[in-house]
Amino acid sequence: MPLLSVSDLRTYFYTRNGVYRAVDGVSFDLERGETLGIVGESGSGKSVTCYSIMGLIPQPPGRIESGTAVFDGVDLLHCTPAQARSIRGKRVAMIFQDPMTSLNPYLRISDQLIEPLLIHEKISKADALRRGLAMLEAVGINDAARRINLYPHEFSGGMRQRVMIAMALITKPELLIADEPTTALDVTVQAQILELIKKMQQEIGMAVIFITHDLGVVSGLCDRVQVMYAGRIVETADTRTLFHQPKHPYTRALQRSIPALQAKGSELYTIRGLPPDLSKPLPGCAFAARCEFAVDRCRTGNVGLAPAAPGHAHACLRVQAGEI
Amino acid sequence: MSSPILQLTDVKTHFPINQGLIFRRHVGTVKAVDGVSLSVARGEVLGLVGESGCGKSTLARTIMQLVPTTAGTVVLEGRNLTTGSLQEVRDVRRDMQMVFQDPYASLNPRLTVFDTLAEPLRVHGVCPDAEIPARVGKLMERVGLAARFMQKYPHEFSGGQRQRIAIARALALEPKIIVADEPVSALDVSIQAQILNLLSKLCREMNLALIFIAHDLSVVKHISDRVAVMYLGKIVELGPATEVIERPQHPYTRALVSAIPTPNPDTERTRQRIVLPGDPPSPINPPAGCAFHPRCPHALDKCKSAVPPLVAGAEGRSVACVRFGEI
Repeated sequence: MPLLSVSDLRTYFYTRNGVYRAVDGVSFDLERGETLGIVGESGSGKSVTCYSIMGLIPQPPGRIESGTAVFDGVDLLHCTPAQARSIRGKRVAMIFQDPMTSLNPYLRISDQLIEPLLIHEKISKADALRRGLAMLEAVGINDAARRINLYPHEFSGGMRQRVMIAMALITKPELLIADEPTTALDVTVQAQILELIKKMQQEIGMAVIFITHDLGVVSGLCDRVQVMYAGRIVETADTRTLFHQPKHPYTRALQRSIPALQAKGSELYTIRGLPPDLSKPLPGCAFAARCEFAVDRCRTGNVGLAPAAPGHAHACLRVQAGEI
Repeated sequence: MSSPILQLTDVKTHFPINQGLIFRRHVGTVKAVDGVSLSVARGEVLGLVGESGCGKSTLARTIMQLVPTTAGTVVLEGRNLTTGSLQEVRDVRRDMQMVFQDPYASLNPRLTVFDTLAEPLRVHGVCPDAEIPARVGKLMERVGLAARFMQKYPHEFSGGQRQRIAIARALALEPKIIVADEPVSALDVSIQAQILNLLSKLCREMNLALIFIAHDLSVVKHISDRVAVMYLGKIVELGPATEVIERPQHPYTRALVSAIPTPNPDTERTRQRIVLPGDPPSPINPPAGCAFHPRCPHALDKCKSAVPPLVAGAEGRSVACVRFGEI
């Protein structure tokens, strides 16, 4: 049985300008200990998917229209608040993009760090502090005994992200959701944080969902990748297959538009047009308007993920029909 | 390469740190740019890379004279901007323009595209008023926007389109050099490629020099002829783009290049990565000697005392490292 099983998740936002279908029918499974990368451009619904699972969608304007997210037998979208609380923050933890704004500036690092322990475990404050200190050392904060008493503004961006990771991992979660955790950091610090996530994953044996727009980050870290476009999954495969034999035209186009470090090309490949307006209905394939291979039935047909090989599925009618 | 259009000599931009509400005491100095010498040729694209806080944006603002220079000279086509009067600087600004990172913040939300693009033409009296609409239309087409969108406001455009408007505004006065400060960092990959292609095309067609600032080395390598790598206010390595990024010499450049994740799962999992310890130090109290020595895997005692100068080597490359050649 998979650790997490999401099926037909739809999260819509009701605004004055219409209904935005941010996540529109997303299904995936995640095994224990697996690292899944979710890749997509801004507005593709990758963050909203994870916020929905964590129950962090502001309602209103958001609403989870349909779907289930079963974590170890409990549907996180339809369980009692008490059940959700016993899982969230303890067995499923999340880290966010911006370490500057996701720590509370009024609280000492020590207080924020041990809060999950005090809530979820029967533990004395002294013991919790001992574990907090050990955790800070494990994530590579030098001089942790002194620094644990400081405030977030006294830490650099990289150190704050380490604190966030320590905070998320202190309850030894079975699943860590990382929402672009290195996007706000410099490359040399990003390399440190990625190494840290890999190391902690080996120690704790947790599964990781890693959300990013950077295909480079995914290639070194994830076992499996799924590519999202306009609120839908367009392709999912193990990392090597996705990079070497991408099937969906969007995945291919995305890969071709990255300036490669190894080759200095003349003109970069570009995807024509703009991402679609999610407040308008998108019959057929959402990428059809920008796709160089699109034909009439792409704009009307029923496009769903279909397996191409074991563990490899994509949502392109023409590739499925063997035409391209 | 023809004669340089822009020449920086030992440019320093320091900011004082003052404390106290009434008696503003001077307590320190941020040495944002600390002794940079550079030249840019006509039609050349110079990439400027470095991590946040290394002074690359301050250098851009110093070139544009948006912040006063503490020492050194900025010379554009023989005209010294650092000693020039306000009027002289204003005249020179016609020849150099800037494109900013965030197209959501750099355009005036209350002006239509036409007003935004017509303003520089009016201020500098480039053409009679009657010709302005035609010129604005041409500008828009040049950056890949349809002229019929002239009366729209910035909020009606996407991020990539706004960046095109910002580029059109920079081109309005037909400058000789453009300074682009992280022009694609706020954009998605598919849009980023469009803007990079546009900038390359414009430089070729208009023989425009471009200083392209970014933290993404693969983007910089793609667009630049030469690359300068900055660390804590100084240039540590300078040379042809392909050379610097494929065969970096300075230990910092090597670490920077190795830190970039590559979109290839086979090489990405096996390659040796140089993970630098710690964070970049503060430019308020930079380490003595080579500013990089506390994080450098090759540092010796001599690195802690003397500041290494940028030494020119073969193939137009320069490296600021005392151990250059031995490591």
